[in-house]
Amino acid sequence: MASTILEMRDITKTFPGVKALSNVNLSVEDGEIHAIVGENGAGKSTLMKVLSGVYPTGTYDGQIIFRGQECNFRGIHDSEHIGIVIIHQELALVPMLSIAENIFLGNEHASYGVIDWDANETRTGALLKKVGLKEDPKTLITNIGVGKQQLVEIAKALSKEVKLLILDEPTASLSEKDSQALLDLLLEFKRQGMTSILISHKLNEVNRVADKVTVIRDGRTIETLPRKDISEDRIITSMVGRSLDDRYPPREPKIGEVIFEVKDWSVYHPIHAERQVIKNININVRKGEVVGIAGLMGAGRTEFAMSLFGRTYGRHITGEVLLRGKPLDLSTVSKAVENRIAYVTEDRKTYGLNLIDHIKHNVTLANLGGVSSRGVIDDMREMSVANDYRKKTNIRASSVYQLTGNLSGGNQQKVVLSKWLFADPEVLILDEPTRGIDVGAKYEIYTIIARLAAEGKAIIVISSEMPELLGISDRIYVMNEGRIVGEMAASDASQEKIMRAIVRGEGKAS
Amino acid sequence: MSTDSAPAPQSGVAEDVKQGQRIAVSALTTNLREYGLIIALIVIMLFFQYTTSGTLFKPVNLSNLVQQNSFIIVMALGMLLVIVSGYIDLSVGSVAGFIGALAAMMMVIWPLGIFSNPLVVSIVCLFVGALIGAAQGYWIAYHKIPSFIVTLAGMLIFRGICQALLGGGSSVGPLPPSFKALSSGFIPDVIGPLTLIPPTVNAAGKTILGSGLTLHMTTVVLGLIAVLAYAYFGFRTRRKRERHGYEAEPFPLFVIKTLVGSALALFLVFQFASYRGLPVVLLVMGVLISLFVFVTKRMTIGRRIYAMGGNAKAAQLSGINTERLTLMVFINMGVLSALGGLIIAARLGQAVPAAGLGSELDVIAAVFIGGASAMGGVGQVIGAVVGGFIMGVMNNGMSIMGVNVDWQQVVKGLVLLGAVIFDVYNKNKA
Repeated sequence: MASTILEMRDITKTFPGVKALSNVNLSVEDGEIHAIVGENGAGKSTLMKVLSGVYPTGTYDGQIIFRGQECNFRGIHDSEHIGIVIIHQELALVPMLSIAENIFLGNEHASYGVIDWDANETRTGALLKKVGLKEDPKTLITNIGVGKQQLVEIAKALSKEVKLLILDEPTASLSEKDSQALLDLLLEFKRQGMTSILISHKLNEVNRVADKVTVIRDGRTIETLPRKDISEDRIITSMVGRSLDDRYPPREPKIGEVIFEVKDWSVYHPIHAERQVIKNININVRKGEVVGIAGLMGAGRTEFAMSLFGRTYGRHITGEVLLRGKPLDLSTVSKAVENRIAYVTEDRKTYGLNLIDHIKHNVTLANLGGVSSRGVIDDMREMSVANDYRKKTNIRASSVYQLTGNLSGGNQQKVVLSKWLFADPEVLILDEPTRGIDVGAKYEIYTIIARLAAEGKAIIVISSEMPELLGISDRIYVMNEGRIVGEMAASDASQEKIMRAIVRGEGKAS
Repeated sequence: MSTDSAPAPQSGVAEDVKQGQRIAVSALTTNLREYGLIIALIVIMLFFQYTTSGTLFKPVNLSNLVQQNSFIIVMALGMLLVIVSGYIDLSVGSVAGFIGALAAMMMVIWPLGIFSNPLVVSIVCLFVGALIGAAQGYWIAYHKIPSFIVTLAGMLIFRGICQALLGGGSSVGPLPPSFKALSSGFIPDVIGPLTLIPPTVNAAGKTILGSGLTLHMTTVVLGLIAVLAYAYFGFRTRRKRERHGYEAEPFPLFVIKTLVGSALALFLVFQFASYRGLPVVLLVMGVLISLFVFVTKRMTIGRRIYAMGGNAKAAQLSGINTERLTLMVFINMGVLSALGGLIIAARLGQAVPAAGLGSELDVIAAVFIGGASAMGGVGQVIGAVVGGFIMGVMNNGMSIMGVNVDWQQVVKGLVLLGAVIFDVYNKNKA
């Protein structure tokens, strides 16, 4: 029916040590809504960054053909110039500037550097009308909700004479109502003849608006499904269809009695006080058991873990935590550590390590009492502890005096793990323990997890990589939108079952 | 027959030598900043010794130098912790001025009876300093108000109160001699003086032999004890490390370091002993410096401060109560600012409205010259002390040379900039 507006041919993009995309092909027709789906880390965002010039020409292989012209973008400016506009997951608006100022930021109606505010505001008013926003152009971004901010981003895209609009997870942080409104707007744009690419985890949304779906897995295009073939089942099978090989160390679980229990745990958002982030969660973990928590990004898993660990996230936290049947006070981090709970963060650079200090000081930080008496540190004891854990977790460094900022991701992760192992916890919560580290280091981390379980610790692993959860857990909880939406023994679980639980959970929510 | 087995041990020896060299190089490079700073101080001192034709190292001038700059160094100890924690404190000069005024009012003007005793007044003043630190630290720690703003407000507030207390532009004094001893006093010679080469006087009353150099023996004995303790503890730590099989700096380097350090210390002790002995304020400073070195290097609270400055979120998630720690850092700063204020008042013998004016900048400069990072997490007590002395020696030396005060500022500014550029350059190279 229509002509092809965009073709990406054999796109290959390598980062040091990782092939993020290999020979990806994508063909988008004029006037359609084309959805791209895939697991976290499959390469969707990388592909869009190639398309929008974030990764400039020359840093990847392959061709981009837009409206019959081969494109070599040197930066975002080039791609925007010919009408390709991307709206990222994290909104790029300046909170303390007005809607009008944001929409024309860097692109103001001005002569000789003097801004014509009237022209800006009039044009902004027209754009806001198009996206169905009734706000005054002078309203500050910080005073409108996330849903409206998303619409401002779209209005900003429209101001650039957009031909192809790319939306990366546009509804991830939106409420159900705002999401619906946004999808309706996309359909309206389609009627007006605009082409869009929609990246989404939410298969029900894809199902609702997409004309075509391209599935990406492990940096490859798996297939492109036409409208008539789109169904959630079909997409899920295509998204996760890979086998588990022996990437996980063997272990024989010796599971004992329940030692850790969370009852009716509820948490509200720290800033938007009316938003409930965690909704009545009940979970338990047994001695020697590895329990996985599956879910998509934004399901509330990290928020749940951090709210447990010294209430480092959220407010109006209610619920009960029991260790061996006795209620635990976890109201501060030091109490949590004293009660032998450890939380290994998903973001080791921001929350896990002092990057300007060396391994030795990082390893002992959570348990300085263990290397000191009456507040005086025993240097020799600290040294032997650091060396001991360096061996145990196989940290590759020239000495324990190497700065953690100079270590590779895998070795940094081992330092964070060492820190928490030295705090001698009974319950360990590992949040994305293998994010951004290579396959070899992953195996080492899995081995450590298996060893800890064998020692009788209770372990909770949060991960967005489903094969990983299936490979190392004994039992899996599935979380979605702040709720536990499924629980299954790992032996019964499969990626499809987990995906189904998530999708069902989403269906319930809407 | 032994040829087969011979190469192995040989290569082992070669390996050891290589290892030794590697350790020596790494010990040198890791301590480059610290050594470099001390060497810079020595070079600067020698430079002024030359340009002032030997005045700088004269015993009386050394005593002056210490008495003039001690308050900067005392406050720099607190400022180091503040800056390592990732904050700044602009109020220290005003707080020092205010405390000086308060002390003078309590001792001279207000009818407090027995409570106007200098010791009581000093203790009350240190306590007030702690309260001021707590008041500022509270907003910074628990309400996350930027320290720059809170202490800028404190700077205005306490300078204002200082001037109001003294009733406009007037000064309050004189302060009792026993209080002035804090700054201008010398430790008593409990052992008794020793005349080194007794002068021989001829019949006409003229000295024909000997300089009549008299040494303050208590100072000499204290100095010797300090040097011996320094060498002993250095050696003991070294032995302990070796026994546990950990890398220690190579022996020759250790010996050279200890010898040079001891020689310098003994030289200074001799100079002081040949004048009136150790200034009281130097003793106070020495005790505080040792205490803060110990706290930052060996105590858990010191470690926590560095961790907080390096990555506050990670420290918090490791169970460190960063709010309380911040509060404590500012209370400590308040107490040391108060002590600084007492030292200034004691030196001047009266409280003046401009006491400590602008000294916060000297204090902050000392800490940065000493290698602390404005981002927090990095900095050493010894660095800040040496930084303070570099500022002090430059002040003193340029004054003796007769350099205009305006140009002194320019030179100090350039030295601060140069020191920080050196740091950044070094870091990027590493």
